[in-house]
Amino acid sequence: MSEAKTFRHGIHPPEHKELTAGRAIERIKFPDRVVLPLSQHIGAPSRPLVKAGDKVFRGQVIAEPGGFVSVPLHSSVTGTVVAIRKHHHPNGSLAECIVIDVDHTSAQTLYDGYARDWESMSSAQLLEEIRQGGFVGLGGAAFPTHVKLAVPEGKHARWLLINGCECEPYLTSDHRIMLEWADSILLGIKVMARILGTEKSYIAVENNKWDAIKALRDRIPADMPCELVPLETKYPQGAEKMLITAVLKKEVPSGKLPIDVQVVVQNVGTAAGIGDWFAFGQPLIERVVTVTGPGVVHPTTLLAPVGMSLAEVLTHCGGLTDDAREILFGGPMMGTPQQFLDVPILKGTSGIVCLTEGQLQQRQEYPCIRCSACLDACPVYLNPSSLGALARAGKYDDMIGQHIMDCMECGSCSYVCPSNIPLVQRFRVAKGLLREKQAREKAA
Amino acid sequence: MSNTTSRLVIATPPFAKRSVNTPMIMRHVIYALIPTVIAAVIYFGISALLLIVICTATCMLAEWLSTGRGPLFLSPVADGSAALTGILLALTLPPGLPLWMAVLGSLVAVFFGKLLFGGLGQNVFNPSLTGRAFLQASFPVALTTWAPPMGLREFLVLRGDSFALPFTRPVFDGLTAATPLAKMKFEGQATDWISMFYGGIPGSLGETSALLLVLGGVYLAWRGFLNWRVPVGIFLSVAIFASALHYSDPSRFPDALHHLLAGGLVLGAVFMATDPVSSPLTPVGSWIFAAGIGLLVVLIRQFGGLPEGVMYAILLMNAATPLIDRLTQPGIYGATKPVKEASKS
Ligand code: SF4
Ligand code: SF4
Repeated sequence: MSEAKTFRHGIHPPEHKELTAGRAIERIKFPDRVVLPLSQHIGAPSRPLVKAGDKVFRGQVIAEPGGFVSVPLHSSVTGTVVAIRKHHHPNGSLAECIVIDVDHTSAQTLYDGYARDWESMSSAQLLEEIRQGGFVGLGGAAFPTHVKLAVPEGKHARWLLINGCECEPYLTSDHRIMLEWADSILLGIKVMARILGTEKSYIAVENNKWDAIKALRDRIPADMPCELVPLETKYPQGAEKMLITAVLKKEVPSGKLPIDVQVVVQNVGTAAGIGDWFAFGQPLIERVVTVTGPGVVHPTTLLAPVGMSLAEVLTHCGGLTDDAREILFGGPMMGTPQQFLDVPILKGTSGIVCLTEGQLQQRQEYPCIRCSACLDACPVYLNPSSLGALARAGKYDDMIGQHIMDCMECGSCSYVCPSNIPLVQRFRVAKGLLREKQAREKAA
Repeated sequence: MSNTTSRLVIATPPFAKRSVNTPMIMRHVIYALIPTVIAAVIYFGISALLLIVICTATCMLAEWLSTGRGPLFLSPVADGSAALTGILLALTLPPGLPLWMAVLGSLVAVFFGKLLFGGLGQNVFNPSLTGRAFLQASFPVALTTWAPPMGLREFLVLRGDSFALPFTRPVFDGLTAATPLAKMKFEGQATDWISMFYGGIPGSLGETSALLLVLGGVYLAWRGFLNWRVPVGIFLSVAIFASALHYSDPSRFPDALHHLLAGGLVLGAVFMATDPVSSPLTPVGSWIFAAGIGLLVVLIRQFGGLPEGVMYAILLMNAATPLIDRLTQPGIYGATKPVKEASKS
């Protein structure tokens, strides 16, 4: 194996992937009810096409895109719409959701499920198909896939990068997808490469998943312009910019997008989902979720319908342990803490990590001793030590000159700081305030 | 399962944390100094022991008194930085120094070297060296009166007027010796490098054995608690500048080895200049800082009035650190052109 490529800086947090890495994807029983938020993606919320009392089928469109940067929403079950109302959303808000009671007498077969003859379709037709499948980035950010695949006028994508890094500790859903659904991934890549007209595709996988590397490599057909690239296991290897730097030795200019260096990045899960859409017409209505951490009794890799509640998922996994104190959607570095157990699994929910008392202990904060550990960790080469001092002093405007807006909130600086300074937490606040201020200035 | 469980807490990510913390770093620096401390006590007996204990205790007490006087484990004293300041200060002092001077130096180190700036992390100058510089300026004779090292058998022999009453003139009873640097500067006499390397030469408590100091430094660098670029840069820079002078006039200037091993260079390079608070943040900045110290050390030693220049060299470069930091701000990922501007604060 060639030497693993990587980016500069970054950290090596303990991986904890052994809890679920060996657990095959397991389909969970259909629940009694699903709750489908109209906003599960970045962009405009979808607009409902159904009303209370309507009978809907599994895979049927129940909400249309609310704009270009938006996606349709499909019912993840066959059943009856009970209401469209506000419900707890994993992002902490109360959001408009379509609530559907599951019809347990139904066989839950796919509505309109048929294979697409993708080879005879044009690039524009394929793109429209993907939009209709309701696809968003499954790695966590949930950005509509068709928007990323629609290359703006005057730009060109030479490379398609498939992200199989899964660099967050604990999470193993992408790992399992690569092991078990290699063919779906490769079909998804073929379709996307066709849409973009790329020269070559790369599948980038961290070298802690050697079995996935081997499984995928063995299945890539000799005539497919696709290469598997093992990367060093390092956080945040899976961040788009870091990934591009590691694989292609290019830096995405500050404030620009991957397409500006002729690259499009998609997650392996997204590729597999697209593959299944073209192979048998399944839109994005279910996803693989790693349920893990010391706070859950039986860590499991689940295939769950979108909209299933956190409580039911946890019950299926044996429930929480007595010392569980924190439930995260996403990994421990960038995940979102949950307050309510009735929140639904979203299209972008890659994992549920349950942490215990001991992992949350309050750590005493000490003064910054300028040890430079945070500078050596920051993947975008910021100076978190100095930014932290400015944030503490409330000098938010001065932080702009030190490029706070380039901070990707990866948390590497907080992870390494020996003085336990909540650096990224402060940066998030500062960025939020600065963005508000900019919006106000624009409006004025 | 009920909807909310009251035992869930809402904290903010990241939820993974490296186990290293600041008090642990301070502790390990202290561990790395233990061999040197033991050597000092062996060579200089009870006088050395008293100095180390008094300096450390005074620094800790001063920090405790001035930062709220709360329970010890909650007060900043618990982070270990005050204890480290005390030990380092003691290691720069001559063994026979009257203890009251050591107390005074410790107070200056903590109050003026650190707390006046706002406490740990805020100080521009290395606190131990601030205390040392104050003593040097106030008591030039006492600070340059060196007792010769002896063995453990003479443990109880005081190496000077340790118990002199404050503000009386200390009495030196003839038990003095010249340091290798003074010998070189004033008598043109070289000390063989073997003894400078292994130890047992006249000098301050911490400068007798280069070997033990380097071992401590290697340990810290291996654990990742020490910016190795600083000592390596200083050694390289001293070697280069000293050699340049030496080859221009071998009869006037000693060779690089002499400069490297004599005096407080190793102690300063490994344990003082590497104080993260008062040294630059970036790798490039560290190299500039180290090169500057090396150059200044050679210049002061060869052309200044004093035989030793490590302390002033480090303090001067401490003063230059904010500037170096400003000039070496890292260029960010994806910057179209190198980023130079810094904050106006
Ligand atoms: S890691 Fe923490 S203590 Fe070290 S320089 Fe950064 S902010 Fe300061
Ligand atoms: S959170 Fe921001 S400042 Fe901290 S390491 Fe990540 S990108 Fe750098």
